[in-house]
Amino acid sequence: MSGSNHLSRRDFIKFTTGAVGGIITVGIGLPAVGFLVDPALKESKAGKPIAIGKLEEIPVGKPYPFSFTITRVNGWERTAANYGGFVLRKSADPKDILILSSRCTHLGCTVNWNESANAYLCPCHDAKFSVQGEVLDGPPPIPLRHFNFTIEDGVVVIVPVEIGQEG
Amino acid sequence: MWQKVYTWLDERLGLGDMYTALLDRPEPRGNWWNTLGSASLFLFLLQTATGIFLTVYYTPSPDHAYDSIQYIMTGVAFGWLIRGIHHWGASLMIIVVFIHMLRVFFTASYKYPRELTWLVGIGLLLMTIGMGFTGYLLPWHQMAFWATTVGTQIAGSVPFIGDFILKALRGGPDLSALTLQRFFAAHIWMLPAVLLALIGAHLYLIIKHGESHFPGKDD
Repeated sequence: MSGSNHLSRRDFIKFTTGAVGGIITVGIGLPAVGFLVDPALKESKAGKPIAIGKLEEIPVGKPYPFSFTITRVNGWERTAANYGGFVLRKSADPKDILILSSRCTHLGCTVNWNESANAYLCPCHDAKFSVQGEVLDGPPPIPLRHFNFTIEDGVVVIVPVEIGQEG
Repeated sequence: MWQKVYTWLDERLGLGDMYTALLDRPEPRGNWWNTLGSASLFLFLLQTATGIFLTVYYTPSPDHAYDSIQYIMTGVAFGWLIRGIHHWGASLMIIVVFIHMLRVFFTASYKYPRELTWLVGIGLLLMTIGMGFTGYLLPWHQMAFWATTVGTQIAGSVPFIGDFILKALRGGPDLSALTLQRFFAAHIWMLPAVLLALIGAHLYLIIKHGESHFPGKDD
């Protein structure tokens, strides 16, 4: 046997069993991994623009809270998620507006405007953001994120996608 | 390097002995009919693997069972493949297990000293059929619902204790959310646990006694 190219029956069976087993394992294993991680590979669609309030009702110089709900289809179920933020009119100019998300950039808790502290405070880890959203104190790595907006017939309409300096 | 690692492990685990006992044991001259037990074992492992993956998306609730399976079939990458294998593998496993039993019967392999292997095999057949019966309800479509209605009704026709059996199977007088939940529990926990234990016993007995010779003309 040794020294020749002859393959013994036993070795042939061993090799074939191993090869077929390997093909089956890979053939099922790879799709199974795809099956498992599939939801992570799906792009989430950007939501439709949302009207959040009349411009004339929003005071100048003071954060004005708002909230909205986005319903998304997750798998076979519709899931409603609540989002919120603050509209800050910096001046009487209708374009001079900053719309911040209330989702803390640290770990995602909801920040609240605190009048006496003159800051947004996060209840989870004592983060502190200025009225413009800059980090004043605490663990957040970046300022509060903001929303893009348009003014349509005196109504503030936002694009429900948070924008921020990620990193 | 690998030789050293292997030697180290072999000294402590007895890998070589295990290989000899499990895979290199002497066999009588056989034919393809002797491979049906291995085929059943392979199908069991395949059903286990695909079944575990299906539970990632499947929801055993009347509100979501059907929709979650629709999602597996159309929304998840390779969902059709994983469920397809589980679906067809189930039917195939019943067939293969049954032919395996017929082979053992016709070659008289159940006789001394292998009676217990046969008895354990009966348990394996019943558990396999139980897996088929409980799994059939899980898609929660019309066919599943009415098949289980009929199946549990048949079990309920036993004299005296029939009503009790029917209620125990359904989790009440009607086919309900409780039925789906307990069939799911039976399908993924209880029956597989028993099946696994019986497979262990079955394999131990096969390795202990070796496989039987085919009966010759003198037998």
